Amino acid sequence: MAYDMTRYACTVCSYGYHPMKGDPENGIPPGTAFEDLPDNWRCPWCGASKEQFVPEKEEQSDVRREDS
Amino acid sequence: MNTTLRDNIDWVGYVDWTIRDFHGYNTDRGVTYNAYLIRDEKTALVDTVKAPFADRLLQSIAALTDPAEVDYVVCNHAEPDHAGGMSQVLEVLPNATLACNKKCKAALSKHYDSSGWKTHIVATGDTLPLGRRTLRFIETPMVHWPESMFTYIPEEKLLFSMDAFGQHYASSQRFDDEVPLCTVMEEAKTYYANIVMPFGRQVAKVLEEAAKLDIEMIAPSHGVIWRSHAPAIVEAYTNWSTCRPKPKVLVIYDTMWDSTGRMARAIHEGASLPGVAAELIHIRSSSLTRIAAEVLDAAAIAFGSSTLNQGMLPMAGAVLTYLKGLKPVAKAGMAFGSYGWSKGGPEAVDEYMKAMKWEVLREPIRAQYRPTSEVLDECRTAGRLLAGKAREMAADRKAGERLCVDP
Repeated sequence: MAYDMTRYACTVCSYGYHPMKGDPENGIPPGTAFEDLPDNWRCPWCGASKEQFVPEKEEQSDVRREDS
Repeated sequence: MNTTLRDNIDWVGYVDWTIRDFHGYNTDRGVTYNAYLIRDEKTALVDTVKAPFADRLLQSIAALTDPAEVDYVVCNHAEPDHAGGMSQVLEVLPNATLACNKKCKAALSKHYDSSGWKTHIVATGDTLPLGRRTLRFIETPMVHWPESMFTYIPEEKLLFSMDAFGQHYASSQRFDDEVPLCTVMEEAKTYYANIVMPFGRQVAKVLEEAAKLDIEMIAPSHGVIWRSHAPAIVEAYTNWSTCRPKPKVLVIYDTMWDSTGRMARAIHEGASLPGVAAELIHIRSSSLTRIAAEVLDAAAIAFGSSTLNQGMLPMAGAVLTYLKGLKPVAKAGMAFGSYGWSKGGPEAVDEYMKAMKWEVLREPIRAQYRPTSEVLDECRTAGRLLAGKAREMAADRKAGERLCVDP
């Protein structure tokens, strides 16, 4: 099964969730699709809930890129 | 008082000498709310002040220019200590357009009736030419709120850094070289620990962006302006945001009948080794604000509480609740404390340390009623363990960074 690698942006603080990176500090391994994040997962920057995220393209101009 | 930053760029803020409680932050040296007026072909005000002092801000503006001449009011941060005066200011400045980012506009509209405000939305990279000088905007989300933003004047190498690099420090002078530097740095550290610490990752990113700018002067929205020591505060922020601890051990405790106090002193005695700064902090003789500041650059922390009603003492709980929200990263720790007939105090502390992802060095040290000489020896040994760990952590400059900075 192909992973959905769509990046999502937090509408509150602009944190970008990268499925490739995951959120290892909070127990989310790299390669976890946004859809597969647990419902109680919170934005590691500001604490916003999953529903407050949008696919990055929808808010592209507003998102600080997290590329490293 | 010299209030001039550059030719026709002036501080027009307010010094709040008497405030001692800033939403729970002990402001022992008072607070300033900094606003800045830039007069050029166009005139811009950067930020306002807390609502009760808006009149004073308007008086300071009127002393420099006709209020009708103000073309823009920049809002770098929607929090009421900076935007509280916005309604009054926009009412009195008839030709002013509010310049802020999209999130700031949304936040302001929740706080105030902004329906009549002329607003110009800006984003990172946008500029507002004033004549000889230009305002350039850099969004800095979560340093300190989602809408937080820097405003930069490239022609003057001047950065309006909002809460970043600020200090709660009322003084008769406005510049860092006009006041004792150790006091400014102490207040900057206290401010970072109590306000900025949870956003260390974002601070690290912002510092990367700031490094691309040519900066001579940093004008924060609280405290004195960094004119002579800007590199020093940037270096301090780099150290704090990348979690570089000092070889420092804290023994923080609360105690009922001094059993936990005796244990604390024994741990402190053990930790007082050459090259290690060991500090003893009795919670009820200190404050949340001071404790947070000490935790910021400590490597290892012993935290003790007697047992009360099968849990921690309430003030120990308050400190740990506060610290958990501030997210101090890359700490080593251990719990200790006394109990009578049921356990609970040190165990609850231990759970908090694990929840904060500190490296817990050993199981809690417990004493029933009174610490025996064996328990006190165990405390001294644990103190030496903490001191050794603190030295090791301070020597490994990158240890904290691995844990607290995004790759």
